[in-house]
Amino acid sequence: MNKPGSAFVRDSLLPARAPPPNSVGIVGWMRQNLFSTPLNSVMTVVILVFIVWAVTPFFRFTLVNAVWTGEDRQACATATGACWAYVKAYLPQFIYGRYPIGERWRVDVVFWTLVVGLIPMLIPRAPYKRLNALFLLTVFPVIAYILLTGGHHQFSGRWIPNSWMSPSPLRFAVEYALVSAAVFGVSTLFSWMSGRPITGSWRTLGFILGAFAIVLALVSLDFGLVPVETANWGGLLVTLVVAITGMVASLPLGILLALGRRSNMPVVKLASTIFIEVWRGVPLITVLFMASVMLPLFLPDGVTFDKLLRALIGVALFNAAYMAETIRGGLQAIPRGQYEGAQALGLGYWQMMRMIVLPQSLRISVPGIVGSFISLFKDTTLVIIIGLYDFLGQIQASANDAKWASPVTGLTGYIFAAMVFWAFCFSMSRYAAYTERRLDRGRR
Amino acid sequence: MATFLNNPTIRGWVFQILFVLVLGWFVWDIIDNTSRNLQKANIAAGYGFLERTAGFGIVQKLVPYTEASSYGRALFVGLLNTLLVAGIGIVLATLLGFIVGVARLSSNWLVSRVAATYVEVLRNVPLLLQLFFWYFAVLRSVPGMREKWSFLGIFHLNIGGLHVPKLILGESAWMIFAAIPVAIAVMIFVAKWGHERQSRTGIRPPIGLINTAVLIGLPVIAFFIAGRPLHISMPVFTETGPLLRRGFQTDSGMTIIPEFLGLLLALSLYTAAYIAEVVRSGIQAVTRGQTEAAASLGLRPRQTLRLVVLPQAMRIIIPPLTNQYLNLTKNSSLAVAIAYPDLVAVGGTVLNQTGQAVEVVSIWMIFYLGLSFLTSAVMGYFNKRVALVER
Repeated sequence: MNKPGSAFVRDSLLPARAPPPNSVGIVGWMRQNLFSTPLNSVMTVVILVFIVWAVTPFFRFTLVNAVWTGEDRQACATATGACWAYVKAYLPQFIYGRYPIGERWRVDVVFWTLVVGLIPMLIPRAPYKRLNALFLLTVFPVIAYILLTGGHHQFSGRWIPNSWMSPSPLRFAVEYALVSAAVFGVSTLFSWMSGRPITGSWRTLGFILGAFAIVLALVSLDFGLVPVETANWGGLLVTLVVAITGMVASLPLGILLALGRRSNMPVVKLASTIFIEVWRGVPLITVLFMASVMLPLFLPDGVTFDKLLRALIGVALFNAAYMAETIRGGLQAIPRGQYEGAQALGLGYWQMMRMIVLPQSLRISVPGIVGSFISLFKDTTLVIIIGLYDFLGQIQASANDAKWASPVTGLTGYIFAAMVFWAFCFSMSRYAAYTERRLDRGRR
Repeated sequence: MATFLNNPTIRGWVFQILFVLVLGWFVWDIIDNTSRNLQKANIAAGYGFLERTAGFGIVQKLVPYTEASSYGRALFVGLLNTLLVAGIGIVLATLLGFIVGVARLSSNWLVSRVAATYVEVLRNVPLLLQLFFWYFAVLRSVPGMREKWSFLGIFHLNIGGLHVPKLILGESAWMIFAAIPVAIAVMIFVAKWGHERQSRTGIRPPIGLINTAVLIGLPVIAFFIAGRPLHISMPVFTETGPLLRRGFQTDSGMTIIPEFLGLLLALSLYTAAYIAEVVRSGIQAVTRGQTEAAASLGLRPRQTLRLVVLPQAMRIIIPPLTNQYLNLTKNSSLAVAIAYPDLVAVGGTVLNQTGQAVEVVSIWMIFYLGLSFLTSAVMGYFNKRVALVER
């Protein structure tokens, strides 16, 4: 190696020197991230000043000067900080609204059932996903409905004239049996004419109609629960009911609409597209107004929906349009080969969708679906405008209550509401981001 | 028979015919029920009620309106109010959104953290709650009618709203406004000339400088040629005299009502958080290779941003950005919660007074649907123009 003239070339490696002290540790980090250029230094200082200027009063209001205990407005009349005593006093109302105090355990039971059902659903590694989903989508809604409203729904039937049979649950049962028989008849006729095996469709139909009959029977049973009108519901209860029902109802509707929009049948495609675009083009408020003032006009005499149900229908239809677009995005991401492969195996349209396409596309759409759930959750606050008292509505109403009225009551209420909504929405968006990362890993 | 029923085309058509029949029956049922219900409530269907006298006042009107005006006029005032708050809100939200979006990508840790916090807090709190916060908690806690808070000596805030100087246009003020389109035309011409010149000689004329001068200069020249037709009316605040006459005088300056301020603040701050995310993802979508290639061609960072990154990012940003603009416009209907007289709030009043639910809701729908179809048509045209031409 030692050529002439290269006598000073080193032939062994020097040990690595420690990095310069101002590029490591806290100092180094600050130099790199806060003071890398003069402009950056100026910005850092300006932002620091801004943070101190903006955040200090906030903490002084919410913590230092806050009033934590008290019985009525006397405690907060002269306060310069948040009146948490008021939040504490009103918390049951914020959660249950005017739900009768003796019956509030029913709301609690529903809530904890939901939590217990939902947590294993959200943990990717928890087993029995299918059973779990079945529980959440079939058993839980029935339990929730019976517990929250009190059940004991009086069915009286509609079509058979009064002179033949007086209105009673029996008349309803007879009508249900007649309709079921008609459905079976049509399906049998169709199977017979098209030469298809009959048992498959019988089993499916029997299952659906039977399950529905069981649900109706359960709902009409008297469990000895005091009926609670939805006019007395309020607070977080209404927020969660509207958000979750809107979500669960809009998912199947959204899937149908998305499939309709991608259908080869021009009429179906046109109808789905118009439906989706119309709902997406108008603000939710006009939809809610429509649900509250126009829906009663659409219905025949004698049929009335209560206010909450009307809001639910409006929210569900509105959200279904957004859901359809999210799901359509997922459908478009499925390669053509999947469709062609399914068809080559001889699967029909619904088999192909149910077994091949939808499972893949729904998984891709999970982040989008959670995203639209977040916006639905935030949008539930708009039901205030048609006179329902959701979480925000209860807070807004209680701030003007003479017992606690003080200059800081309103602001305290808003800060509390913001914290609760933020906690819900932020955790959901984190969950969506987590699923997205997990799916990304799976696909790579 | 069996083959006939199993033919997918025939089955498709049979299904569609059934679908149309069911849908038609459903719609007919609704119409039938509605007309019967309306008859029972003694409400005449149709838009004739728009001619009738409204009989209610509106606090903010861009066109002349009194209680004696018609319902149609009232709805028109509401429509203009919607457009006003949405228009100004869009400008503010875009400015703030771009600043926050770029700040999120800043190399300064503190700046990007603050921007991220802004986005995460504002996006995860319902807009209605933010609106209540700004309107009930902030704008209601300012000084009363006989007091004020002043900023910079010309902006005064009290419970009556924000009092600002008002521009009074003289007769020949149209010349100033006419100068603006002329200036824009000149600017386009200058830009074309500069571009052509640069590709011919390699030297880039100072287009930005010239254009700024044109944009400011032409209206200023027009202002002087027209004989200075602009006057400023300062808000007059009286602290002495009879108690009821104290405070801001009605014929001086301009008052921006607190409902407008609250709605504007809530809408633009909320939408800015979404726009920031759009901008951030748009910029991040431009691959690093583009920046590196630009640097290796010898472009400076500023040039890289302006000539390479931004044009590509804009292509990604603009479609979701227009979506946000539409959202802002639709969200402006929350005005009804704080009684800012927008289309929905005024329509709600009209609805309560006349009971013409179907007609009022249809007017809302036509307006918002028209707006979103117009936007999507413009977007479709734009997308076609800027879309990558792929071979």
